[in-house]
Amino acid sequence: MSERGYYGEFGGAFVPEILTATFDELQLAFETAKQDPAFWEEFVQLMGSYSCRPTPISYAENLTNRFGGARIYIKREDLNHTGAHKANNVMGQGLLVKRMGKTRVIAETGAGQHGVATATMAARLGFECTIYMGEVDVERQRPNVFWMERLGATVVPVTDGSRTLKDAINEAFRDWVSNMDNTHYVLGTACGPHPFPEMVTYFQSIIGTEARKQILEITGKLPKRVYACVGGGSNAMGIFSGFLADDDGDKRVELIGVEAGGHGIETGQHAARLASKDASIGVAQGYKTYFLQDGDGQMKETHSVSAGLDYVGVSPILAHLRDSGRVRFEAATDKEVIEALALTIKSEGLIPALESSHAFATAFKEAPQLSSDDVLLINQSGRGDKDIFTVADAFDDPKWEQFIIDKAAQYQARAAARRSS
Amino acid sequence: MIQQYIEQQRQKKDILLMTHIVMGYPNFDACLKLVDEMVTAGVDLMELQIPFSEPIADGPVILKANSEALASGVTLEQCFEFAETVATRFDIPFLFMSYYNLLFKYGTARFVERMARIPLRGAIVPDLPPEEAGEYLAAMDSSELSPIFIYSPNTTEARMDYIAKHSNGFIYCVARKGVTGSKTSFSGELESYLASCSQHAGIPLAVGFGVKEKADVDFLKGKVDVAVIGSESLNRLREGGVPAVGNFLRGLRD
Ligand SMILES: Cc1ncc(COP(=O)(O)O)c(C=O)c1O
Repeated sequence: MSERGYYGEFGGAFVPEILTATFDELQLAFETAKQDPAFWEEFVQLMGSYSCRPTPISYAENLTNRFGGARIYIKREDLNHTGAHKANNVMGQGLLVKRMGKTRVIAETGAGQHGVATATMAARLGFECTIYMGEVDVERQRPNVFWMERLGATVVPVTDGSRTLKDAINEAFRDWVSNMDNTHYVLGTACGPHPFPEMVTYFQSIIGTEARKQILEITGKLPKRVYACVGGGSNAMGIFSGFLADDDGDKRVELIGVEAGGHGIETGQHAARLASKDASIGVAQGYKTYFLQDGDGQMKETHSVSAGLDYVGVSPILAHLRDSGRVRFEAATDKEVIEALALTIKSEGLIPALESSHAFATAFKEAPQLSSDDVLLINQSGRGDKDIFTVADAFDDPKWEQFIIDKAAQYQARAAARRSS
Repeated sequence: MIQQYIEQQRQKKDILLMTHIVMGYPNFDACLKLVDEMVTAGVDLMELQIPFSEPIADGPVILKANSEALASGVTLEQCFEFAETVATRFDIPFLFMSYYNLLFKYGTARFVERMARIPLRGAIVPDLPPEEAGEYLAAMDSSELSPIFIYSPNTTEARMDYIAKHSNGFIYCVARKGVTGSKTSFSGELESYLASCSQHAGIPLAVGFGVKEKADVDFLKGKVDVAVIGSESLNRLREGGVPAVGNFLRGLRD
């Protein structure tokens, strides 16, 4: 491999020898596609006809009035087919898989959004599909498991380690080292060995390219601040890509990544790699970045109410942008996130995913600091329907609880009847 | 150095055996007995794996041993101490096997010095390709330890030469695609792959991944210098305890 994908000291490709040739092949396919203008055109065309691109930007007038500061705008990645920005990356990689002539795709998933998007792409483009998902996440994102299976994917619950996203990634790599000849691993975020961080960012940059143009058309100016939640960093890299170059004087667009504060940074139960001092530089899952790890270098358990942000590492590109001062990192706690979600639903009729609600929570904290001349842009990376079980629990909704109790009784009766017949 | 040791032993035996243990699994006392049993059974080299939370190149059996060792509280320091115990007590070369993060976090140069003091003879770090290994290679070289790199069935010939340039002691050939522990068919295809490995390596070869029985070892005789027994010892340990591992190993070369 000639070019090893470093961003400052972060990134690289720490892959077992058995995958070296596969990474070389992927790198070559990606570089060739990037040079071919028809490839990006095909991608934009597909996203316009199959997903919902360009996704709109909505003005959140009620939230703006409530906070009395900056004018709040929302980039609506929730309106993508399958309900999240994940579709951008997945359809892009799907086109690449066709070019490489492979017939099977595998993926890890946390929230299940990336898994559903991959299963959808596989159904549409005619690939076999296996999705690895931590057992903990299978439990908290059951509706997405249901849809992946309907879409024809095999969902494998991962019972090793912390049974969340990082373990699903390890398991996907284990599949890949046996089946690379016909299989592509559709990594879901801007992490992992080179060229994944660059490639995922490339496909997700469609968000930022659209957003910059749209916000100029709508407001006549660039936003003062752009907020995105950060799991592995793909939706953040996607929207930030459009504004990274806007770094001068009073035209500077401040970029803010919001990580999972979990039960609070001070409790240690969080997934704030860049917003806390708890992470240190390490090498795992094939790349170098900040990891939440112990003194020996063993990865720690993370916590977040949102499965999609519950991850030990973070994009090497974001690690570099943090250290170089271009992106600021904050954390929002589970509690703040649920409050921000409730407020957004009631005031705007929007249902952001729990992941996305992290960006909303921090934007709400900061909006009053800005003036009404200022524009603030939030990336709504996905929609919250998938979180109905978690959110219903957080809201302690008695009617929902009763519904589940009744439904369970029906299923039990049905199962009993089946057993006795 | 290891290369000379392998060549000397090969004067006496048609093939050498290298075994593997996960330090701290099922516990350190059992590990010590296991090493003793393996050495008594005539094993020529041994990999001591330091458990890691993300063992990306390991299959289910070794993965489980890694996570159970960590869950029981095994630390890096304990692994260093255990390695010191066995390396001073038993007269065969020991190597570390682990993932790069443990070296990186400790400080690669410092880690390598510690290995040399134990004394270990080399290390296998499957997620550290030579391209990323500048500091490690320099440290290993100045401590006169062998960095063991890997050949796989889809390593190109040009890359085999490149890897050989950075290798020392022996090269570890992965017999097939996949993770540790699953089945390899010992076939004509494998034979031509090994011939190509041997031609490009210029130093001794070890073959691992899926060596499970005497027939596998017989197949490798005359083709390579070392047969690596990984997951299968752990399977035997689970089924029949420490003595079963000894019997199994003795049966491989009768
Ligand atoms: C809706 C949504 N937003 C954000 C994320 C976090 O991922 P990333 O940081 O790669 O955007 C996920 C991941 O599952 C998600 O489903």
